[in-house]
Amino acid sequence: MSDSSQPRDSVRRSAGHAATNGAERAGAAGPAGTAGAAATMADAHARDRLGATRAGLSVQASDAAHTDGPSAIEVNDLTVAYREQPVLWDVDLTVPNGVLMAIVGPNGAGKTTMIKAILGLVKPAAGQVLVFGRPYAEQRKLVGYVPQRGSVDWDFPTSVLDVVMMGRYGALGWFRRPGARERALAITALEHVGMQDFADRQISQLSGGQQQRVFLARALVQDARIYIMDEPFQGVDAKTERAIVDVLQDLRARGRTVVAVHHALQTVPEYFDWVALLNVRRIAAGPVAEVFTDENLRRTYGGRVPFLDGTAPA
Amino acid sequence: MPFDLLSDLVTDYTVRTVALGAMALGAASGALGSFAVLRRQSLLGDAISHAALPGIVLAFMITGTKSTLPLLIGAALAGWLATLFVIAVVRTTRLPEDSALGIVLSVFFGAGLVLLTNVQRREDASQAGLTTFLFGQAATLLERDVWIIIGLGGFAVLVLLLGWKEFKLLAFDPEFAGSIGFPVRALDVLLVSVLVIAIVVGLQTVGVVLMSAMVVAPAAAARQWTDRLGTMVLIAAIFGAGAGLVGATASGLAAGVPTGPAIVLSATAIVVVSLLLAPRRGLIWNAARQARGRRALRTDTVLTDLFALGEQHRGQTHGHAATLIAALGPTRGAVGPALVQLASRGLAEQLDDQSWLITSDGNAEARRILRHRLATDPDGVPLVEDEDR
Repeated sequence: MSDSSQPRDSVRRSAGHAATNGAERAGAAGPAGTAGAAATMADAHARDRLGATRAGLSVQASDAAHTDGPSAIEVNDLTVAYREQPVLWDVDLTVPNGVLMAIVGPNGAGKTTMIKAILGLVKPAAGQVLVFGRPYAEQRKLVGYVPQRGSVDWDFPTSVLDVVMMGRYGALGWFRRPGARERALAITALEHVGMQDFADRQISQLSGGQQQRVFLARALVQDARIYIMDEPFQGVDAKTERAIVDVLQDLRARGRTVVAVHHALQTVPEYFDWVALLNVRRIAAGPVAEVFTDENLRRTYGGRVPFLDGTAPA
Repeated sequence: MPFDLLSDLVTDYTVRTVALGAMALGAASGALGSFAVLRRQSLLGDAISHAALPGIVLAFMITGTKSTLPLLIGAALAGWLATLFVIAVVRTTRLPEDSALGIVLSVFFGAGLVLLTNVQRREDASQAGLTTFLFGQAATLLERDVWIIIGLGGFAVLVLLLGWKEFKLLAFDPEFAGSIGFPVRALDVLLVSVLVIAIVVGLQTVGVVLMSAMVVAPAAAARQWTDRLGTMVLIAAIFGAGAGLVGATASGLAAGVPTGPAIVLSATAIVVVSLLLAPRRGLIWNAARQARGRRALRTDTVLTDLFALGEQHRGQTHGHAATLIAALGPTRGAVGPALVQLASRGLAEQLDDQSWLITSDGNAEARRILRHRLATDPDGVPLVEDEDR
């Protein structure tokens, strides 16, 4: 427990302090020391990103006021339980501004629960989530969400364009109907994911990959600062995979933050620059180069890492 | 007879009143039912309508009158309470939703029947007619009742239209709705509440036992004809109104036929026709599409068999008997029509001795088919040598 809460403290403290802190405990708890160093990196990284986005013209003044927090997302002591069974136990996680972070872990590790807790969709038993230093409820418009493709009924009588425009419903607020502006934004987003020719299609006529790209486009029209995605690469075709990677790169170039639940361990270093390893508790989090180690993976997957054993998961 | 019916509809005051009321309740339940069907809450309609019975009887016992409005209020309160029970049971216990619905439905309906039997044992005759709420009796509709149906049903539809965008999002992706800040639970309760209203206004005409059919049938039929939510709701309202009109009129003409079953049978007829005939989603359309696919596959197989025979006898130009081709594959009796079809496409020709030979166009087409099969064959076993190499 103390292992998992330590790195969070390190992030809050100055870089020097954190380094000392890490060194102090390095002998007793090796992995925690690594995490401490990673957290220091996180701080530096976050400052870089903030500086970069502040300089960028795309950031509006009002936006900047709300995105002033120390990091894009900060999760403190988060515990979630379903029927007394803890799904997440005392998790701390800092997502620096502007990173592409993968959340990995075995089935039942609480990855989806984690992002649902960030989005306020499940009520935590304990702990808090801050988005740019404030509660999620105040910061909703800064966060876009790509749920699991299988979470909706794709036989619902609606068109691709309609679904994408739903991404504007939050900005529209109560009762106002989407109009020409929302339509234009939706078409632009569809072009972004290579789905512009499908705008008028009934959604049941889409392949799995196309469904995923529609959900991605719906999140893009939210024009958010942070994008939370639940297994965006799950069961998609090669074309969709490329399209999603392009979108991720583009989001990073624009200083956006992405947190994605991810299954295919072998692509983590290629697609993401940060990673959080989760198995009910937080095992480690930080830059992929530092944290995505064999040892951390073994600790996360309990010694049976399909990726390391050479039998890569599908 | 049809002329009588039409003239009655225009001139007869009672028939006109009843028909108008039945149309209004059908339209309201069709529109609201669309959302119930899309949200897979068809059973909820059943629970609400059955649960309304104790509310109706209790309202009568308290007020002592059979005037429509108090009875409807009692029905609505009981239906709404039942819905909240279902939601509470699902949230707090491990029971799945269908079990919760089953329990609530039977408990409320059972209580309603007990109360009804008790009331009927009383000496005074004022309770006579309460049993019409079981199967519905449109003949008891007064003009005032029709205005109540139109008013309350119209209100339910109006709420639906006002919150259209929000309800649509709730029905399609409640999780996303929650993530962007819409109060999903409150919207859920609101939508179910207007569904309760749409159901109770139909109870006097259709009855508690069959009212849920008016929630499900028009919507299920409408779904067959369109892929747009707005169009679906409109069609469902029209179907509901149509079923109400036909059923109520038929019941009014044939004395003794309860209105509820008559209306529900009309709605069922619409569902059957829609399930069979609707383009793209209808059963006949699907069967035709499958038959087309099978035919194409059969023709392709005969062509590739011809191609294989040609490869075996390379350099010779004699034909192959249709019976031989039939023996090669699982196609059997259908080889004849397939060969004729291939001939009409110029892929095969029939020689003077009635045998069949593949043409050069046919050879190219067969190679294309085999290469495609190779590309999609999970085993990847080469079925034909690649000529390009």
